[in-house]
Amino acid sequence: MEVLEQGTGALLAWHDPDEQRRWILENKSRSLRDKRMSVKEIVSRFLQNGNYIAMGGFGHVRVSMIAIYEMIRQRRRNLTMAAKTGVHDLDILVASGCVDKIDNAYCCGHELRGLSPASRRAVESGHVRVAAEISNAGFQWRFKAAAMGLPFIPTRVMLGSDTFKHSSARIIKDPFSGKPICLLPACYPDVAFIHVHRCDKYGNSQIDGAIMEDFELSRAARRLIITTERIIDEDRIRRAPWKTTIPFYLVDAVVEAPYGSHPGNMPYMYYFDEQHMTKWLKLSRTDEGVREYFDRYVYGVESFKEYLRLIGGDRKLRHLRRIEFLKEPLVAPWARRNDL
Amino acid sequence: MKKEPRYSTIELMACAASRILEDQKSVFVGTGLPIVAAALAQRTHAPNLLIVFESGGVGPRVPTLPISVGDSRTFHRAVMASSMDYVMSTAQLGYVDYGFLGAAQIDMFGNLNTTVIGSHEQPTVRLPGSGGANDCGSLCWRTIIIMQQSRQRFVQKLDFLTTPGYLSGVGARGRAGLPFGTGPHRAVTQLGVMGFDEETKRMKLVSVHPHVTVGQVKENTGFELIIPENVTTTEPPTKKELDTLRKEIDPAGIVLGSK
Repeated sequence: MEVLEQGTGALLAWHDPDEQRRWILENKSRSLRDKRMSVKEIVSRFLQNGNYIAMGGFGHVRVSMIAIYEMIRQRRRNLTMAAKTGVHDLDILVASGCVDKIDNAYCCGHELRGLSPASRRAVESGHVRVAAEISNAGFQWRFKAAAMGLPFIPTRVMLGSDTFKHSSARIIKDPFSGKPICLLPACYPDVAFIHVHRCDKYGNSQIDGAIMEDFELSRAARRLIITTERIIDEDRIRRAPWKTTIPFYLVDAVVEAPYGSHPGNMPYMYYFDEQHMTKWLKLSRTDEGVREYFDRYVYGVESFKEYLRLIGGDRKLRHLRRIEFLKEPLVAPWARRNDL
Repeated sequence: MKKEPRYSTIELMACAASRILEDQKSVFVGTGLPIVAAALAQRTHAPNLLIVFESGGVGPRVPTLPISVGDSRTFHRAVMASSMDYVMSTAQLGYVDYGFLGAAQIDMFGNLNTTVIGSHEQPTVRLPGSGGANDCGSLCWRTIIIMQQSRQRFVQKLDFLTTPGYLSGVGARGRAGLPFGTGPHRAVTQLGVMGFDEETKRMKLVSVHPHVTVGQVKENTGFELIIPENVTTTEPPTKKELDTLRKEIDPAGIVLGSK
């Protein structure tokens, strides 16, 4: 096949498909066993310094914040992160010093809230490196190639752009149509953390609302940690098997974590905590502020329960539920500074 | 002439952009003003506008402005809450008519930069990158861009070509392998509405906003803009449009500001 052009971005988290098959044969048990663990245990057991990680959900929607806080607490270092849509998850992992390399589709931004001061500072000062660029569709198609057990997947995005030039993709002449087509390499993260609405103790998981790229990511990742709002009985899974997005044999561990996505949105449960987000965006304008934030909300608390009390407890959580169900209006303290 | 209601520039941009969208068509929307414009179209002239969000929401009745293009508002009362693979494949297949984007820089062929100001290795400003923009600009039939217009933003040469417009001009998208018949359609700014010349694929002025001159538009463009003879004036927002924007779509003033 004729390669017309090759991107110069770093090729990260790629494996030969036979090597991956072998790894799965040797490392992924198909046994139906109780996988419940504590959040401390999942990070200490499954996450090593230098790993390539990916978070499920969408940057600040249905993200496993409980796992992120624990990574920070256990001071993991030199992680590479899939910024598939990296928003609050990436920002806080970069600011804490856990992540020093970004595989990027979207980073250093907080969507409507504007740019992220801490991760911008880290990238602009050269402390954190953006190793490759890609588009959002491109990133999840890399997971899809991996989920299909293929070395690459052809797509019609990124053609003609600098996004391609800084990616790890290649352009070839399609042998069928004769037109240029972009080949995206598979991406197999070392560890993925996905927060779900409910699952059983074996890891069979249900997600309500849009599933983003978690169908693909859950198969692409070598190690998969599920954090869940609630653990349900296996019978509930078996009575409605069409609702299962992630089956047990992909899952390495399960952590029960009510409100585990705070301050992010958990669809049909609770909306963003904009007061908390504002606090972070304000404090993270300086390195001192970043330290103050982590001292207070991560290093300063023993457990996620204690964290939930600290951010406002039941009263705050009830308020976030009411906003989610449109029973209370959203107040965004950062709103007036926004131009576009 | 009727007395004009008072409005802000951002509100005018939202209205001008919203009117480009047609009923019974589909649109991919990005963060911020694009969502506002699409939600406005759905509540005014295009009740059956099919809004599609990159994270999987298909056909939502957007109740109020989402903060994220993936939050629960993006599939509120939708016909489907799917996945990114699903909607992006749908766009690649040709089902998405319009794509709605913002940008930090644009050039005369409608190519966009949302990645870096300065060099990629040592950026002066690190911007988010493509996100879904490259996908939107590659796969949707017609791209609409909403952004501020100035010489720093309407530039001769982009610092980084994140999302393809017409690339280097006529036929370039096809040569690159991008889907046939796609490309930028309109750029809406605080000064006017631009389009693209059929023959050269270069940007041209379509209309200037009320109280804006053609000279002002040229002064705020860093490349040669085609000025046709029949430049019109953008219709100002109606009271209904303004009420819908302020009371229903963005009551918190997140995008539209505090005015």
